[in-house]
Amino acid sequence: MNSQSNSSIYGLVAEFDDPDKILEAVTKMKAAGYRQIDAYSPFPIHGMTDALDCHDPKVPWLIFIMGIAGTFAGYSLEYMTSTPVLDHLPRFIRLLPGVNEMSYPMNIGGRPFHSWPNFIPVAFETTILFAALGAVVGMLLLNGLPRPHHPIFNAPRFELASQDKFILCVEAADPNFSYEDTWQFLQSLGPDIVSEVER
Amino acid sequence: MADIDADALEREPLNDTLITGKATYRSLEDQITNMVFNQRTHPQSWLFIFVVGFLLLNLLMMAMTWLLYKGVGVWGINIPCAWGFDIINFVWWIGIGHAGTLISAILLLLRQQWRNSINRFAEAMTLFAVACAGIYPLFHTGRPWVAFYWLGPIGPNILGLWPQFRSPLVWDVFAVSTYASVSLMFWFVGLIPDLATLRDKTDNKALKVLFGMIAMGWRGSARHWERYETAYLILAGLSTPLVLSVHTIVSFDFAVGIVPGWHTTIFPPYFVAGAVYAGFAMVLTLAIPIRAWYGLKNQITMRHLDWMAKVMLTTGLIVFYGYIMEVFYGWYSGNRFEWAMILNRFKGPYAIFYWALIACNGVIPQVLWNPKWRRNLVVLFFVSQVVSIGMWLERYIIIPVSLTRDFLPSSWGYYTPSVWDFGMFAGTIGLFICLMFLFIRFMPIINIFEMKDLLSRIHHARHAADDHNHTDVDGTHAPVTGTLVSAEE
Repeated sequence: MNSQSNSSIYGLVAEFDDPDKILEAVTKMKAAGYRQIDAYSPFPIHGMTDALDCHDPKVPWLIFIMGIAGTFAGYSLEYMTSTPVLDHLPRFIRLLPGVNEMSYPMNIGGRPFHSWPNFIPVAFETTILFAALGAVVGMLLLNGLPRPHHPIFNAPRFELASQDKFILCVEAADPNFSYEDTWQFLQSLGPDIVSEVER
Repeated sequence: MADIDADALEREPLNDTLITGKATYRSLEDQITNMVFNQRTHPQSWLFIFVVGFLLLNLLMMAMTWLLYKGVGVWGINIPCAWGFDIINFVWWIGIGHAGTLISAILLLLRQQWRNSINRFAEAMTLFAVACAGIYPLFHTGRPWVAFYWLGPIGPNILGLWPQFRSPLVWDVFAVSTYASVSLMFWFVGLIPDLATLRDKTDNKALKVLFGMIAMGWRGSARHWERYETAYLILAGLSTPLVLSVHTIVSFDFAVGIVPGWHTTIFPPYFVAGAVYAGFAMVLTLAIPIRAWYGLKNQITMRHLDWMAKVMLTTGLIVFYGYIMEVFYGWYSGNRFEWAMILNRFKGPYAIFYWALIACNGVIPQVLWNPKWRRNLVVLFFVSQVVSIGMWLERYIIIPVSLTRDFLPSSWGYYTPSVWDFGMFAGTIGLFICLMFLFIRFMPIINIFEMKDLLSRIHHARHAADDHNHTDVDGTHAPVTGTLVSAEE
């Protein structure tokens, strides 16, 4: 069984009924040298990020970059359509389709073409819009979602992981993984059930 | 299963418990998902109100069809008062939406965990209110199918002109469309884990596939939760300045103009406070009946209603301060047009609306100072209705009163709304009711995973309190406390 385990199964799962128990179990697994482990829970467990050491700084950075892009997009839209800046471009660029239509500056009450205080509200809104899009789309893509199927769904009673059970999974890909030893180790952590997950 | 202490619900005591009775993760979840899975839980009143809403929605369809066929002349707007019901109702609806964002974003940043049981339907309320609001300016253009060219950044219009980015009306388009998009994303992100719960709970194959598709394969992995919480918190951080900017920009529609009564710097803060005021009134209007009909009194407790009433009272005082400042500004500016406008409000042709406004927004809500009245649901519901009417009157006072009496007596006029104005207003209320009641029927109206999280935290706080000299936890210091029994052990 041990010899075929790494190829035919995804991993082993242990089911707990309390967030504290799974947090303790994860800490012990980490201490025992397991790396390819994950915890599935119906709500975020306080302290689990530290226990699994899975902090991902990419999301805030992505949001920040998207926000800057939004400011730039909004402000440059206003700048290019409200000022004669495009008139200074070389003729062959101005004659490209769409470019000439961009520029139609209007003199309204003698205000300067580049009346930057009036351009702030729109640039602010596009900043928020782009950053929020970055937050939602970035979070989903970094999480690998949408993904309709994943081997963990083969775990027995996995549907309870979105209800009131907390499931710890050790993947067979873990270098320390060995079917019997890992099974024994999971049993020693005091779960309700230990079971295997088919690939 | 659902192990709820029925005796505790009878008296509805006011304590600092955010979940009353005995609750487990499973019982909270069953209570909320039961409303989706077991359609028989919905009372007769659901059907009755939905039918009323649906009839009004048909009235909206009629009003809009007639408007598009005939033109904006079917409304009561005229030349001194080109902004009538459309802008009044637009500002009113947008303002109502703001409480949803305040509850979901600002209270999240302030770590107010009492938001957990009310944020989902408050966010839905935001979305539907913004949808109602958006109809007005769009149809006020008379030709909504080309309005996108006049207002949106999608290219020059038929005259080769771009939107005028120096105009607050264009800022408004950007603000409101960003607000609608971000509110939708915020609401959807909050729904993903709950839809996964629905997917995992149902035995119905078709529903499983449907919920599965919308939940996008959410599996509750710790790594996913980590990114999810980061993104959600930052979204809240982005929504907070957004919600302030939206009503600020709405107030710029007025304050940037030079019309007497509009050209004041008090407008942005006083509009934002007014928006939250009207929004909390609407949240209470919805929450009080819903918690009674669906037996959710253990999750939306008297404590929640009491705090919402206090927020309403506070923002009401800011709004009332705004009214006082308007009068003071009219006098202190020394500008004869401003002062004439104030006198016109006091005793002009619309004086009755002005004094009704002061009564509705300034005087009657003061009954909420008395804790006994504040915790009386009949009084609270009545005050919420009064505030909704008052906030509508406020926009009525701002718009026609100033527009029909500006600088030159030769251009004075009078504004009388037509039957189609009222039809459209009633129609958007119908649209709001329909959307809201469909939402109540087919979506989890309380955030399931956040309630479980809250239960887990309460459990921890209680254990910590037990360890700490067995003293009772003081509700004013700990974020969640109380006598809750989590039956997990």
